[in-house]
Formats: sequence, C-alpha cells, structure tokens
Amino acid sequence: MKTKDKSESSWNLSPAPESTDHIQLKKRYEHFINGKFVKPVKGKYFATINPATEVKLAEVAEGTIEDVNKAVNAARSAYENVWSVMPALERAKYIYRIARMIQERAKEFAIIESLDGGKPIRESRDIDIPLAANHFFYHAGWADKLEYAFPNKNPQPLGVVGQIIPWNFPLLMASWKIAPALATGNTVILKPAETTPLTALKLAELIQDSGLPDGVVNIITGAGETGAAIVNHPEINKIAFTGSTQVGKIINKTVAGTQKKVTLELGGKAANIIFEDAAIDQAVEGIVNGIYFNQGHVCCAGSRLFVQESIFETVVKKLKHRLESLIVGDPLDKNTDVGAINSKEQLKTINDYIEIGKQEGALMYQSSCTLPSKGNWCKPTLFLNVSQSHTIAQEEIFGPVLAIQTFRTIEEVISKANNTPYGLSAGVWTDKGSKIFNLTHQLQAGVIWANTYNKFDPASPFGGYKESGLGREGGLHGLAAYLNLK
Amino acid sequence: MTTIINNNEIIIPDFRNTPLIDQVGTEERVSRFTKRSIKNEAKEAGLSMVLSMIDLTTLEGADTQGKVKQMCYKARHLHDSVPGLPTVAAVCVYPSLVSVAKKELIGTDIKVASVATAFPAGQTPLKVKIADTQFAIDQGADEVDMVISRGRFHSGDYNYVFDEIASIKNICNDVRLKVILETGELGALDKVRRASDIAMHAGADFIKTSTGKIKPAATLPVTLIMLEAIRDYHEKTGIMVGMKPAGGISNSKLALHYLIMVKEVLGDAWLTNRWFRFGASSLANDVLKQIVKLRTGRYQSNDYFSID
Amino acid sequence: MSKGVKYKNEKRLEILKTYKIYIGGKFPRTESGRYYNPLDSKGNILGNICLSSRKDFRNAVVAARSASVGWSARTAFNRSQILYRLGEILEGRRAQFIEELKIQGSTSAKAEKEVNNSIDRLIYYAGWCDKYQQIFSSVNPVSSSYYNFSVCEPMGVVAIIAPEENSLIGLVSVIAPVVAGGNTCVVLASESKPLCSVTFAEVINSSDVPGGVINILTGNAKELAGHFSSHMDVNAIIYSRTDKEELKNIQINASENMKRVFYWKSDWFSVKAQNPYKIRDLQEIKTTWHPIEQIGGAGSGY
Repeated sequence: MKTKDKSESSWNLSPAPESTDHIQLKKRYEHFINGKFVKPVKGKYFATINPATEVKLAEVAEGTIEDVNKAVNAARSAYENVWSVMPALERAKYIYRIARMIQERAKEFAIIESLDGGKPIRESRDIDIPLAANHFFYHAGWADKLEYAFPNKNPQPLGVVGQIIPWNFPLLMASWKIAPALATGNTVILKPAETTPLTALKLAELIQDSGLPDGVVNIITGAGETGAAIVNHPEINKIAFTGSTQVGKIINKTVAGTQKKVTLELGGKAANIIFEDAAIDQAVEGIVNGIYFNQGHVCCAGSRLFVQESIFETVVKKLKHRLESLIVGDPLDKNTDVGAINSKEQLKTINDYIEIGKQEGALMYQSSCTLPSKGNWCKPTLFLNVSQSHTIAQEEIFGPVLAIQTFRTIEEVISKANNTPYGLSAGVWTDKGSKIFNLTHQLQAGVIWANTYNKFDPASPFGGYKESGLGREGGLHGLAAYLNLK
Repeated sequence: MTTIINNNEIIIPDFRNTPLIDQVGTEERVSRFTKRSIKNEAKEAGLSMVLSMIDLTTLEGADTQGKVKQMCYKARHLHDSVPGLPTVAAVCVYPSLVSVAKKELIGTDIKVASVATAFPAGQTPLKVKIADTQFAIDQGADEVDMVISRGRFHSGDYNYVFDEIASIKNICNDVRLKVILETGELGALDKVRRASDIAMHAGADFIKTSTGKIKPAATLPVTLIMLEAIRDYHEKTGIMVGMKPAGGISNSKLALHYLIMVKEVLGDAWLTNRWFRFGASSLANDVLKQIVKLRTGRYQSNDYFSID
Repeated sequence: MSKGVKYKNEKRLEILKTYKIYIGGKFPRTESGRYYNPLDSKGNILGNICLSSRKDFRNAVVAARSASVGWSARTAFNRSQILYRLGEILEGRRAQFIEELKIQGSTSAKAEKEVNNSIDRLIYYAGWCDKYQQIFSSVNPVSSSYYNFSVCEPMGVVAIIAPEENSLIGLVSVIAPVVAGGNTCVVLASESKPLCSVTFAEVINSSDVPGGVINILTGNAKELAGHFSSHMDVNAIIYSRTDKEELKNIQINASENMKRVFYWKSDWFSVKAQNPYKIRDLQEIKTTWHPIEQIGGAGSGY
C-alpha cells in the first residue's frame, strides 16, 4: 500500500476496554473440598498475577498432600454414596444446570479469564467461555445414554479421577475435563494451573450454587508438587492431564504398574500446509488463527508453516500485511487481537527461542506494533528461511512465533510434516478434494483441519498421535477415557 | 493468475484462473471486523467519514425533477443544525435527470453520478449502452455507474464482458467509471472475485457491488472479496481502484464495520470518498441521528431528521 | 564305523525341522547364533530354538515399519481376504499343528480344539476388517458450518509379547486383531512352547500376507521386553503374560515415546477373547474438519 492519496486520513480505533466493575473477586481463595471452601492444611498461599499489568489479583491456597487426601476422601465418599448410585438422568440434570449457569455468568467468567491469563477478551468472550458451557451441555446428555455408545459393553465409571490442567485455556480445560468425568459417573479432583486458578475457583462457587452434591467436584490449587500429590495418590482411579510432553512422560512413568487409567493431552508442533491451489486469502487467515490465536499458547498451534514454493512470496506478503492489522495490547480491550504472554517465565522461554531462531540463521520478521511498557508481551513473529533442522521448527515454543518453510511436492511436504515426534494436529489448504483426503489420510495427527484451523467443539474428539498424548477427549470417543468398558 | 508488468504494459490474465475463495473462511474473517468496537472519537470521526462517502441515490421509474431537486438539497444540507458536517460525496440518478442534479449542485464539490449501460439489467446491445453512457456524459455526469453483462459472464464469455467494460471506459475520459458487478446475481464468491478482476483489468475506476434492484445487495463478505481483489490488483500494478458497496447498508454500525474492513484490508489511503463510497439512500439519516446523539447524549427520533 | 555294528534298515531316518525365526518374509536363524532347548513334558528336547537377540528385534522392527505403509494402504476388503486365506491354509495344515501341540504337552482333544479355535479366530477377525470402521468411526455434529468426522487409523508398528501358554490360539488371538486393523507387528512367541509359532510363520509365509507385516521371534521375554518397550520406532506394545513387574517396566519404558501399552489377558479358548474392541485398541482416532459452504442454503445470502 505504498501509494498515498493527498486526501488520506488516518482513522484509529479508540480504546474500548471491557468494564470490570461488576466482577467479584475475593482477596483470598481457599480450596474447594466437599462442597466448601476450606483453608489449606499447611496454611500456605500464593499470588496470582495479571500478566498484562503485573498487578496481584488474589491469593490462592497452595495444596499439599494433606489437602489432596481430604479431597480424595470427599470425592470417594461422594462417588460411593451419591454420584454413582444416583439415576443417570438426575446426574445429567445437574450437569445441564451447570452449563446454564456458566452461560448466565459468561461475561464475568470472560473478564476474569482475561485478567488472570492475559488472553484477549474477544477470545474469552466468544470462544473460551461459550465452549466451556457447551462442553457441560453436550456431555450432560450422555449421562443416561452411555450403553448406546459402546455396543456389547456395559460401561461403568472408574471412581475418583484426578485432573490437572494448563494455563492456556483455564475454564475451557476445566470444563473439558470435568464435564465428561461427571457425565460418566465419576467424581473429580481438579487442579488448575498455578498462574490461572481464578476461573476454576469461580466455577467452584458456581458449582456450590448449583447444588451439585458435596464432594462430586473438588478443586485444589497449587503448582507442580500439588499435581504430583494427585498423580501419586493411591486412591485415585484415573489421571487426566493436559500439559507438556515432558510432564506427561513423568506422569505416565509414575502410574506404571498401578491400576490407574491415564489420558494425556500433550504438546505439538503442527504443520500447516498451504498448496498453490488454495483459497489464499482464507489460508492466510488460517495461518494467523493457527499461530497467533491465544498468543500462540495452544498445543495444536500451526507453528510450522509449509508453503508451496510457487506461492511463497504471495503468501508471505499477505501474511506480513495481515500481521500489521493485528492489534496487540490490553487483553480487556474489545479490539485486542493478541493479548499478554501468560507469565514472565513463558515470555522468557519464547524470547529464548526467538534468539535461537536468529542465531541459527533464520530471518525474523515482527509486526511493527508498539507494546505496552508494563506486563509480558511478545510481538507476532515469523521466521523465514527455516529448515526442518532448525530448533524453532522442531521444538514447541508455545508463543506467537511461526516458522515458515517451503515445499515442492506432496510427498515432500507429507514427509516433512510427519517428521516430528509430535502428532497432535495439522492443517491443509487446497481447493482440491482428492488432495485433501490424500493428506488427511497420510498426516499423522489426531486432528486435521482442512481449509480451516484451530476449531474446537465438544462433539469433536481431540487428542494426539505419538508423543502428543494418549487417548481422546470430547465426542463419543472421549467418553471411553472415563469408563471401564466391561 | 498472473499479471506481468513489462514496459508499463499490463498483461491481461486468463480470467478462468482467478483466485479461489472459501466462503466459510471469508465469513469468519468478516466476523472479526464486525466485532471491532468503535467508540468515542473513533466513532464520531468514522460517522463523519461515512457521511462524506455517501452516494445519495434515487433510481426509481417514478423519479421526477422535483424528487431529484429535493435530494440534491439534502445532499448539500445534511443537517444544518449540526455545524461542521460534510456533504455527501455524490448524488446518483438516471441519465435523464443528470442535468437537473448538475444544476442543483453548482458551486459544491458534490459529484453527479449517473447509472448507464441500460441499468439495471444491461440487456441491450453494446452500441445502445455506449449511446446511453455518452448521453449521461454529455449531460454533465462526473461519474458513470455501468452494469456488467451478467448473462455473458455466466456463459463464460469473459472476453465479451471485458471488452464491453473497456468500450465504455474508452468514452469516459475524465469521467470516473464505476462498474457494477451485481453480485446478487453471480451466485458464488469465486465469481465475485473473477468479475472484480475482469472489471479492474478492463479499466474500472471503481468496482461496485449492486444495482440495489436485486437481493442480496451489498454484504460484508462480498465486499471483503472485492476489497481483496483491489488490494491484489494494486499490489501487482500500483493502480488504486475504488470500492462502492451499494444497497442494504442502512445503519451506522454496519457502515462503520465497512470502514474497519477497508482500513484493515486496504489501509488508510482508501479511507476517503475518492476511493470508497456507500451507495445508499436511508443511511445518511441514521448516521446523522448517531452524530447528534454523540453530541447531545440523547437518543434521537426520526421526526427530527428530514426525509428527502 | 565299528565293524561289530551292522546296519539295519528298520526305519527311515526322520528329517528334523530346523526352527527359525521369521523377519520380513524370510526365515533367518538369529543373528546372534544363540539357541535354547525347551523341553517337552517328558524332558525331551523340543529343538534348537533361536534365542533371538535385540538385533533380531531391531531388524524385525525395520521390516515391520517398511511393510506398514503398504499394509495400511490395502483396502479393508483385501486385508479381509488375506486373513481369510490365512485361515484356509491353517485349516489345510491342521494335522501338523495338532501334532506339534501334542509334542509340546497338549492332549489330543485339547490340541484339536486349539487348532480349530485358532482357525475360527482368523475367520472371525477376517470378517471384521471391513466392518470395524463403521462401528468405531463417527460423524460429529459440531455447532458451526463444518463437516467433522472421526475415523480409525492403524497405529503403525506393534510389538507383541504373546501368551506363554496356549502357544497357538494365544498367538493367533493377539496377532489377528492387530493386523486386521492395518498394523504390522513383531511378536515374541511362547518361550516354552515355540514350535507352532515357527510353523505358523510358515503358514503366514505361504499365504498372501506381505513380508514384514507379521514378524515372529522366539526367545526370552526377560531379555527382550526391555528392547520391545524402549524401541523409539514402535508405536504400541501388547503384553500378554503375567509378570506384573515386567509389565510395569514396559509401561515405564514405553513412556519415552508414548507407546500405547495394552495388557491383554484372557481365556484364549473362549469366544470372549475375541471382539472388535481388540482391533480398536490398536487404532488412533483421527478427526477431520472441513468447511461447509452455505451459499444457497435456507435464508442465506452471501
């Protein structure tokens, strides 16, 4: 857009911050055990920080083995005396009620999610919170229909399940985990991530208000050690974990030799493949959604872009242009496209990778946006001249950093796309149907987005091949993870 | 599709191979524009810009000199009680009423646009279309809004469509030519893109969605595809082409979303009535209501805004 | 030859079978040159059985990996026919297997039942090849304009530690669902009763199962389980023995590349030992999204 007209105006959006007036946050949050908020046995608390302003939002309890014991007892008792003996339809009705109540309080959840995690309010409002409610709504209906999901089987709940979730989609992950567990008749101990505990605790308040029987859902806050206490607890029948591949492997080793069932949703390094016969402008949008959605804090992010050589320059030009229109800043501003990096530690990780990318000779390009002076921020970034051997093309960065490679033939791009220990997701862009089916068949990944990217739905199974995880969550296939199929 | 610039000569691409469009992806992109929040100064500046981009339009069989005179007065005096308002960009009328409008607007910057080429169906021989256009120009039209031959386009006769536009352009000289694609009759976004490319390569100064006689008229997805075509054409040739969505845009909020889209797809250079217009008749009053509301803090009633 | 002994032409000299392992459609001896001598119930040596090494396993994984692409790309109908053919050939060699089972200590009646059930089990899984997809796949009604479907895809290379008892029916029961689902495998046969696993390899070899799809090793689980479970190019592992400590170690090793670990224990003679969920165990679920254009749909402009 070099041509300038004399009468050119400059029209910029005014700030449009979402009001936080009606948000109710306590100064201090306790564990939610057996339907009540209870102080941690050891009396320790830690702060949760707004990553955009570095202001402390609240203190939350730090869970220890003693707290986990209490939660397990509550969950066991609730499982045996209430939840597993209740008619399935009644169970369904409780879950439906939670779904409705999330919808009613959606805005409050959205704002707290953005405050605590740094994600743009547009995303928490339009994606995270509605999807969280949808997960409860979808799974509620399964509660009394499970025998139809598994022909010739007699599905039974597992008992008490321990669930450990990450900081990238705090409430959505909590719902994604809790809803199927409850629908299948299990009781739950959930640990939200230490940097983003608030929406899970607000969900605890909501669950308390919903009248769900005490102990069916217990929420314990804390960091890695609290998680380890859950994983190691002998009375827990199943562990569901979403997080890094590194921790996933540790969990898998820990439960070896026990009766615990495990599902793991781990890391990814997804290939997003653009063919020359794709709808280019929509593909560019897909690239942006693929890597800059939620600041790139997405396990299925399309972090490796493969562009067919014949359209490489066009795509890069359009992508750079699109990068310029991404608004980076205040997560609470309704116009923000890319919010704050979730924590100082994560920002350091991302910046380290950017440094490595430059040192290894890849060509960096960043949006020209200006970043706020306070808080954790990273400009939308892309790297050109990348090859498979580059660190930034191999390791999960979990930030808004895209590694771009070119390819010539289908065979070449399939082999490169699969050339990773991960296998969570992939994207394919072409207008040719037979090519899509060829690729979707050959790409080793649990979720393939053809002519779209980063779409989620409670009815759609999610989970990875290879080191990206074990099992599926969501849809009919996700139910099996919470059932004993006798 | 490639356009190769060689010694300032633009090679005409094979229009059978214009870029492909995915509708669902397009609508998702559009939803990002409509979720932009436009507040305070941005809103006031945007609304004022919308007013200045309106082609105030009457295209009825029942149009009379009286009707056109009233509309021209409104064009000059949008709402006199609010100081500092711009005028609209142009009025848009049938060829037979161009001279009336021209006379009414003497001494203003407001342009007179005339539809032509057997508007709205365009189902006449080329020589009739040329005569129609020549008449409008002779009457003093500053701008001509022609229609493409949609039938020929659907038959795959892209060269015919191209040549027809080029023939009209040929007699336009300084008169700016807007080419109406009548997207409501094209049936697919891929075809909107193809028609846009044909029109621009054939010399259109503006591409325009609709006659206003067919539904759907202008929509955000259709306009997005046309803006992207303009961007790509500019990228390849350095030539700026204007955009005019017409019909179906009657409220301020929607109009502001169009402006957001123009800004994000084409940039600030296009945010002027030289490069962007709204073809609309009732939009102006809604924008005026919003401007008065912003200045007074009171929500407004239609009774306080003249209908012409 | 001593002068005092006179040759008597009483009985023809029997040709003893050399028991080999089966890798990539070929019958090598173990690269290690090692052997072991399992005994029958009377204490007689069954044979010089290959004591397979980790390098044999490595070679078998290479064979299984290279066969994987072609085998998974076969049509389900074709895999079905090949498994059926395997059953046909086994039927034709019933007597040999009954004999071997008896040598390994089975009664006649039990041996006959084991062979019959093994043939039937192959026929059972042959029939599932082109049906389990329809049972376990789904079209998912997402709440947006997308066509979304989930299908089963084979995991790839599966390492199997086959049951120690029931050396034929156990072997067939763990192999059939794995290959019916388009996977290839490397199997460690029963250590104490290895004869019919090697003979079964000959059945495989004379059927239409491509080389490398099923690879059979004989040897010691204690020695090989660690390699089976730690090989980074193996996608899943099935353990069908009873040593809980061995299973635990397998699970720990498998974590390193997130191998899927299955503990299959069953009364292999029972029909309950066969079901399509065993095929499903070795399938990944792949979900695909694609936009659905809505132009021309009810009430939509564009």
